[in-house]
Amino acid sequence: MTLLKIENATMRFGGVVAVDNVSLHVDQGEVFALVGPNGAGKSTVFNLISRFYTPTEGAITLEGEDLLAHPAHDIAKLGIARTFQNIELFENATVLQNLLVGRHRHKRTNLLSEMTFLGNARSEEKRHRQAVEEVIDFLDLQAYRDKLIAGLPYGVRKVVELGRALATEPRLLLLDEPASGLSVEETQDMAFWIEDIQKQMGITVLMVEHDMGLVSAVSDRVMALSDGKELATGTSREVQSHPAVIEAYLGTSGIQKGGDTGKKKKGKAA
Amino acid sequence: MRFVFKTDYDADIRWFKHGPQFFWYMLALGLLLVLPLYFVWIGNAYLLGEITAVIIFTIVGMGLMLLTGQTGLASLGHAAFMAIGCYANILLLNAGVPWLIAFPLSGLIAGIAGTIIALPVLRLHGVYLALATLAMSILTGDFIVLFDDYTGGVAGIAVPDISIFGYTINKYANPYAFFYVVVAVMLIVLAAYRNILRAPSGRAFAAIRDSEISAKAMGVNLTKTKATSFFLSCVAAGWAGALFGHSATYVTHETFDVIMSITLLLMIVIGGLGFIHGAFFGAVVVGILPVAIANMRSWASAAFDVNLTIPGLESLIFALIVMGFILLEPMGLYGRWLKIRTYFELFPFYRKDMFRRQKSYQKTERVQ
Repeated sequence: MTLLKIENATMRFGGVVAVDNVSLHVDQGEVFALVGPNGAGKSTVFNLISRFYTPTEGAITLEGEDLLAHPAHDIAKLGIARTFQNIELFENATVLQNLLVGRHRHKRTNLLSEMTFLGNARSEEKRHRQAVEEVIDFLDLQAYRDKLIAGLPYGVRKVVELGRALATEPRLLLLDEPASGLSVEETQDMAFWIEDIQKQMGITVLMVEHDMGLVSAVSDRVMALSDGKELATGTSREVQSHPAVIEAYLGTSGIQKGGDTGKKKKGKAA
Repeated sequence: MRFVFKTDYDADIRWFKHGPQFFWYMLALGLLLVLPLYFVWIGNAYLLGEITAVIIFTIVGMGLMLLTGQTGLASLGHAAFMAIGCYANILLLNAGVPWLIAFPLSGLIAGIAGTIIALPVLRLHGVYLALATLAMSILTGDFIVLFDDYTGGVAGIAVPDISIFGYTINKYANPYAFFYVVVAVMLIVLAAYRNILRAPSGRAFAAIRDSEISAKAMGVNLTKTKATSFFLSCVAAGWAGALFGHSATYVTHETFDVIMSITLLLMIVIGGLGFIHGAFFGAVVVGILPVAIANMRSWASAAFDVNLTIPGLESLIFALIVMGFILLEPMGLYGRWLKIRTYFELFPFYRKDMFRRQKSYQKTERVQ
């Protein structure tokens, strides 16, 4: 069953065509990866889904619901959560508070009950807290619960950002380069988590990633983009050996054999 | 070093994190409540009036702190919203509305007016927002003159006394009762502020301050949340303005001027941006420092037999102290207190860079 569907999306910034007539569909329960060289338009696709940009042309639907009819702050309510390429956490808040902001889409209190802390304010706080605590358990963030983001190492911040997205209880999770800047072990952890998110939580994942090791390990399908255009879609292996993909990464000359170019590409892309 | 052992989620939701904290705040509150007794005893309520003025400033300070410290929206127009609250209160009282209704309404009117005025400028950030709100502040005096049929304009207008169920409170006739009215309003604002901070809306404010883009991605409606913050902030400013009017007993078009707006912003920066305590510390500095400087001058003139009646000397010293704060202690007075407390709590393990963080305020201020 198709969860997210992008049809003929084009995004122009003046004369620059960042995304050029791209169509893709993400099925319920799969991990779908977008790969491609820098400037290929991967993050722009994410920003289109998040509604930070409105596509010049094309349609984006989530289970038939037209996303373009919603403003950016509605996207989380529809069940799409995301992380950012350059971590965008709330620096002067603790890990716990960051994760609790992820619960904003489930807010049921009104301003008056919040100011007086009467009515459902307290019980709602506990409900949110319980949900967040499960995320903390899942991602092993117990040690950092009350730490300020500003003092945390990069790898932990990456995990907190994933946690904040999970706290929204999404149907579709957009991960923008979840492994960038992570060590080998941290990348491995990330791969396990993505797998668990897909298999245990049943959340569909759409990710942008340069680390082909991670992409091959977790993704069901991969789409390669270059200059805003779709090059190839298929399994990780198919895409890596696709001539157009190899050309985009390595250029037209200098490719001798088709067999091991996938490996070369991996080195270049990581 | 104190370790708080938490056994349920309430431990994180409670106002006070542990027993001693509860004790100290209750002690401070108790002292505040019995303070008038001291002035009754010495039979001179002048200083109580100054303290009442400081508490009025903490009310608007908390409002501005919510907007600037919590939501990251700088406002140089809060004297304007105080003026709206003040004049709304006066007009309602003169129309025969009982104080217990007129006063809450005055805050509400300031809040609604503030939100309507703020909506078009909420798309602006940092310096631009500050400039737009500064413009409001400059216009206030002109508007008051323009509508002089209602406001008294340049001639000014007398502020009616507070009357609660027939009991009349005038700042001069009954400074003690006035003190308690102001403290009551302050406590209401404080409680609401503290509650907001531990609820989803408070976290949404902080989210907007730290990263608008990810706040949006988490489902925070930026315009609505910023408008809410502005509304709450203006309600507090309106109440403070109404009380300020009662305290001044006579207001003109010059009462709520630009300098007052700037002082308010300075106040929360000196106190410590982003902390409720900052509003209190800042108000104490802004309220007490000029009086202290004036007293020191007369003391120094007498002690050293020199003539120190130099025009502008007080403003100069005040400005130097403020500049010193902003340069040397960006986290404000409360930040300094936190550092001192942590030093003793962790002794001897305190490190100098423990409180070094990215400057959140400047981050939100960046041109986006």
